[in-house]
Amino acid sequence: MDITVKILRYNPEKDTQPYFQDFKLQGISGDWRLLDVLHEIKWKHDGTLTFRRSCAHGICGSDGMKINGKNRLACSLLLKDMNTNKPITIEPLPSLPIIKDLVVDMSSFFQKYEVIKPYLINKTPPPANSERLQSNEDAEMLFESAKCILCACCTTSCPSTWTNENYLGPAALLKAYRFAYDTRDDAADERLDIIDNPDGIWRCHTIFNCIEACPKEINITWHISQLKKRISTKEA
Amino acid sequence: MVQNFDVVIIGAGGAGLRAAVEIPKEYSCAVLSKVFPPRSHTGTAQGGVCAALANMEDDSWENHAYDTVKGSDYLGDQDCIEVMCKDAIRAIMELEHMGMPFSRNEDGKIAQRFFGGHTRPVDPNEPNGKRVAVKRSCYSADRTGHVMLHTLYETCIKNQVNFFSEYFVTDLIVEDGVCKGVIAMDIATSEIHTFHAKAVIFATGGYGRVFRITSNAHVGTGDGYALCYNNGLPLEDMEFFQFHPTGLWKLGILVSEAARGEGGILKNKDGERFMARYAPTVMDLAPRDMVSRAIISEIREGRGIRGSDGTDYVYLDVSHLGKEVIDDKLPEITGFARTYLGVEPTKEPIPIQPTAHYAMGGIPTNVNGEVLLNEKGDIVKGLYAAGECACVSVHGANRLGTNSLLDLVVFGRRTGKAVTEFVKNNDYAPMPADAAEKSKKIINDIFNKSGSEKVVTLRTELQDTMMVDCGVFRNEADLKKMVEKVKEIKERAKNISIQDKGKVFNTDLMEAIELDNLIVTAEATVNSAYARQESRGAHTREDFPKRDDVNWMKHTFAFKNPNGDEPILKYKPVTLTRFTPMERKY
Repeated sequence: MDITVKILRYNPEKDTQPYFQDFKLQGISGDWRLLDVLHEIKWKHDGTLTFRRSCAHGICGSDGMKINGKNRLACSLLLKDMNTNKPITIEPLPSLPIIKDLVVDMSSFFQKYEVIKPYLINKTPPPANSERLQSNEDAEMLFESAKCILCACCTTSCPSTWTNENYLGPAALLKAYRFAYDTRDDAADERLDIIDNPDGIWRCHTIFNCIEACPKEINITWHISQLKKRISTKEA
Repeated sequence: MVQNFDVVIIGAGGAGLRAAVEIPKEYSCAVLSKVFPPRSHTGTAQGGVCAALANMEDDSWENHAYDTVKGSDYLGDQDCIEVMCKDAIRAIMELEHMGMPFSRNEDGKIAQRFFGGHTRPVDPNEPNGKRVAVKRSCYSADRTGHVMLHTLYETCIKNQVNFFSEYFVTDLIVEDGVCKGVIAMDIATSEIHTFHAKAVIFATGGYGRVFRITSNAHVGTGDGYALCYNNGLPLEDMEFFQFHPTGLWKLGILVSEAARGEGGILKNKDGERFMARYAPTVMDLAPRDMVSRAIISEIREGRGIRGSDGTDYVYLDVSHLGKEVIDDKLPEITGFARTYLGVEPTKEPIPIQPTAHYAMGGIPTNVNGEVLLNEKGDIVKGLYAAGECACVSVHGANRLGTNSLLDLVVFGRRTGKAVTEFVKNNDYAPMPADAAEKSKKIINDIFNKSGSEKVVTLRTELQDTMMVDCGVFRNEADLKKMVEKVKEIKERAKNISIQDKGKVFNTDLMEAIELDNLIVTAEATVNSAYARQESRGAHTREDFPKRDDVNWMKHTFAFKNPNGDEPILKYKPVTLTRFTPMERKY
């Protein structure tokens, strides 16, 4: 098939502001990932096109970008699953500063992730030669949240993030759930205190953009609502 | 800009992060990585990490060591294998205590499942007698590497580890057998930084990108191997590269052995469970080298299925396991089959073909991660390596599934401990004033070149020819051809030019440097393979089909030839302890 790809370009060494550039490609197979399309452009047409990528199958979380208006991983989207009769529009993840083309500055995203203390806190020493016991049901309660690959598709899709740069955002809140609901963790209250404020959990207005954006199909809003309930019950 | 750190760790995958956790706060430590730590390739490991916990059935670390030695086709150093398998149990408990989420058994202990090549003797007093598969692989659905990587990263955040993300190391400074630090480029600005260190740990991962069909991430370009080799240090056993039997057809994306551990079976075009002919006892759970050879043999004998891309595949069938098992235990890999091939694994078999997966060889080290200067066992002062880039050697000629994640945490920790001792007792070796000049020159040269060669053309040629001439089956004529091809590509690479001449986040420049690194790994791999006239583990020579313990039970050490010719090859004996080499049958 023949396709047209419209990419938002920005090189801070040359451009005063971002602009769209069209690339027309011929003889492309529907089996191609969007990432293959970007590589085709970079390797055959324009070596200056810049984007992050690594594993190319949706685990490393490098290639989150806005494709036809939705945040997606370029490696997890196939052309045959898209409407290719119209130009495909590719932009960097919204609301983060652009470094170059599709590469954004992720530092604020990782800072917010660190705020919720994303590590197990257990105040009793572990058993000497064995694991801490946990039922499989309790373990599986964490699995969906632990699937998160920190690609930032959810956080940058959230209108609450767009209007308030201090909002922790869905990825950080999901990580708070991951630890607050781990039966081995002793710091749930500490974490709930961190997120119990207007820039924390209450900035989530259940808009559900995060769920639509998540390439790992995590029901992020459900996890956030569990935290909201828990905080409300605690206060009551 | 020069910065001083007691310890500099290159790479933020499992080994690098585990080493970082080990460095006490009183020592300054920097972790440099060309990607954000959670992007590292450890995250793509799926099926599990082995330790003889005996949570499901009787097992012992000796069983694990026996299997690892046999799996290695008796090229693994048995003293090192004993260290790893004995320490495995503690290492898994440690990960659990750090917070790694594991699947659990009915007692609330870590669940374990079958994995290729992991067995126990039917009669515990007869280890060489009949053996059957054992549940030894600890797992978290089919995302074991992902949760391990994240748990280690989280522990590093807890410990306030100092990360330099998106820094690309361009040179290693080692003089007269003493390591002094590294030179790295800040990718965001192309600025060159000198990291002056008492000790440097390489945890730079593998080089699967030298092959066309690979499970490896784009970042797996052998950077650490090339930095060592170009500085006169040897690379060990590079001819042993593992092809994982079940890569997703066309794409090479890993479909974990866990699929077979849970009961999935391989079928040829006639629907026959062909592994019954190649490994009558353990069948589909035979080690990876044997299964990959079996698949290619089936295809060569006309029992594969021809795909639309002209390549052949066989089937991995999990449909009989039922939707519940598939959704609970194998959600990720069955998702890949749906997304990328439009195949519904609960109803139809998954097309698979072998994919380049793991380097058994690498930067030679001892059990404490100290890098060896030569085949005599002398060490490079202040230089360490751990993880896939290192060769201890615990995997010998063929790695067993799950032993890579284990290797990362066992040897990452041991290396961290050894480095801590080293920095306690040693001062900084003086850094030469012009240390960064070579890196600056390499980068300037790439910017200024106007040759007609393109990075993508050379890389594709290298990957295509490596796949055909240095793949699962090898022979003298093909390898000779490949030796010449590498020379040709190396020559042509001097004549490349890149389009992006900017300083900001220049991935065009990075790909040019990465190509040079891939060429180095190809040179060492092909020449080591050409010289080794036997078949052992993953190195299968059609012209030398038997293992030859008399002449070849030894490790290859490949050194860069100062005059630019083929590498100089030397050899080091294998260490044997309690396991006597015998014919490898399953």
